[in-house]
Amino acid sequence: MSDSAAGVLAAGSLARREVVRFLRQPGRIVGAVATPVLFWFLLGSGLGRSFNVEGVGKGGYLEYAFAGALAMVVLFTAIFSTITVIEDRREGFLQGVLASPAPRASVVAGKIVGATVLAVVQAGLLLILAPVTGVRVSVGGIVHALAVLTAMAGGLSGLGLVAAWRAESVQGYHAVMNLVMMPMWLLSGAVFPASGASGWMQAVMAVNPLTYGVAELRSALGASREALTAAGAPGAFASWVMMIVFAAVMIAAGERLASRRPGA
Amino acid sequence: MRPTPAVSVQEIGHEYGSRTALTDLTFDVAPGEFVALLGPNGCGKTTLFRILATLMRPTRGRASVLGADVGADPGAVRRRIGVTFQSPSVDGRLSVRENLMHHGHLYGLRGRELSARIEARLEGVQLRDRAGDRVDRLSGGMRRRVEIAKSLLHEPDVLLMDEPSTGLDPAARRSLADLLAGLRRERGLTCLMTTHLMDEAEGCDRVAILDRGRLVALDAPSALKACVGGEVVKVQAEDAGAVAARIREEFGLAPQETDRGLCIADPRGHALAARLAERFGDRIRSITVSRPSLEDVFLRLTGRRFEGSGDVGG
Repeated sequence: MSDSAAGVLAAGSLARREVVRFLRQPGRIVGAVATPVLFWFLLGSGLGRSFNVEGVGKGGYLEYAFAGALAMVVLFTAIFSTITVIEDRREGFLQGVLASPAPRASVVAGKIVGATVLAVVQAGLLLILAPVTGVRVSVGGIVHALAVLTAMAGGLSGLGLVAAWRAESVQGYHAVMNLVMMPMWLLSGAVFPASGASGWMQAVMAVNPLTYGVAELRSALGASREALTAAGAPGAFASWVMMIVFAAVMIAAGERLASRRPGA
Repeated sequence: MRPTPAVSVQEIGHEYGSRTALTDLTFDVAPGEFVALLGPNGCGKTTLFRILATLMRPTRGRASVLGADVGADPGAVRRRIGVTFQSPSVDGRLSVRENLMHHGHLYGLRGRELSARIEARLEGVQLRDRAGDRVDRLSGGMRRRVEIAKSLLHEPDVLLMDEPSTGLDPAARRSLADLLAGLRRERGLTCLMTTHLMDEAEGCDRVAILDRGRLVALDAPSALKACVGGEVVKVQAEDAGAVAARIREEFGLAPQETDRGLCIADPRGHALAARLAERFGDRIRSITVSRPSLEDVFLRLTGRRFEGSGDVGG
């Protein structure tokens, strides 16, 4: 077997393990699906009636918040799936992997692919629910949305892996990542559009990689380009470039980190 | 020309901050040889083990496996070694078979060849009937056997085992010894194991005794025991210090005081025991004569009792 075929075999096997382990922990499945549905419902129906948020489009706030809920599923699942790195290190599994000839790139790819699959499948489940709640999505829109979700999940799981590789405990990682994830989600256009935000907030939103994913998701879910521009969302080209660059940088950083330290 | 050693350790030293774990360690393991690293907790054996398993770089010195340097060419080392970790590296949420399957994939094995090897290894550790069970539902001893099956799955040339017998009952320990002996006959397997069990060390060709990061002896068990002398007399007394002083004075011997009594190596131990019993009478609680064990060798070389336990070593 060639080196690259062996690398793909190892990465595929590790990714598959991530999915199998996830399915054997029912708590993780419930948490990952129920949290965003709840958020969406509470935000969409609660906030939407209390405030008149400008720039949300004619579909109302429930529809506006749907893209935000999808972004949340991807964000939470992708990042928290990489917690398994800390568990693997603590439980000893990782030392066995690191003492094997599998390339470090395969170890990183296995984690990222596993986390991405989990994130996209869960967001996909929420996407199926869309018509039930009145959000109309075309088949093309679903394909478009899945592509966006995949790009987002790749970058976010890379980010999670970089943070988790050095983390000492699951608790510490949780605390730190919550600090990163909540502002990241709130300031991505998921909850309110950039157009109504203050200057410094708009600046933060512009450098938040999640902003670009949320904009493209909204476009996939049927928002017109005019409506998006009016809401202060970035264009399609900028969004794709940012998503791909973010994913590439994060995955490369994870690979570098894993290759540099020989220790388990 | 001598053949390339299976494992070569050259002047390795390692520090964790200001704490010294290994000092100038040098030794070779020949192909097909079984060597035990014997030492108490904190003696540095786990550090050495992690260096050889390519998981850690030493502060100083070089180590190689079958000619491949662990620092410069870890990939080549990893392909040739099998590692049995002290803390398990098996995934509790996966079944026994799934664990072995993933492990095989990491080594580029797949398909029918992998399945056949998995079945053979499970047979070897008597776990075929539990192959579909989740590992976290197995007993500690069974989990240990999964770990061992895993480290042998890819047919390594050099097996590194960190406390392989931890948690194994005597029957499982014997069958592990048989399994390893079989692999050595068939494929010339080399094995370097850390252990705190004297009988496990006795079964090896050579025993390396580590004490506080230094190699204090490396020889065949019989040669090590021969250096202690013919027999070992152990004396337990109420006032051990006073009795030791009298023995030094009246018998011209040098008893070693340990927390469990006095130890004296003597070519004619049984005769000495009789004389000691006569001389000190009721001051002595017990007196025993035995052939020297590796424990006695350790005491002789380090001046301290060997406190073996299954806890995590340094």
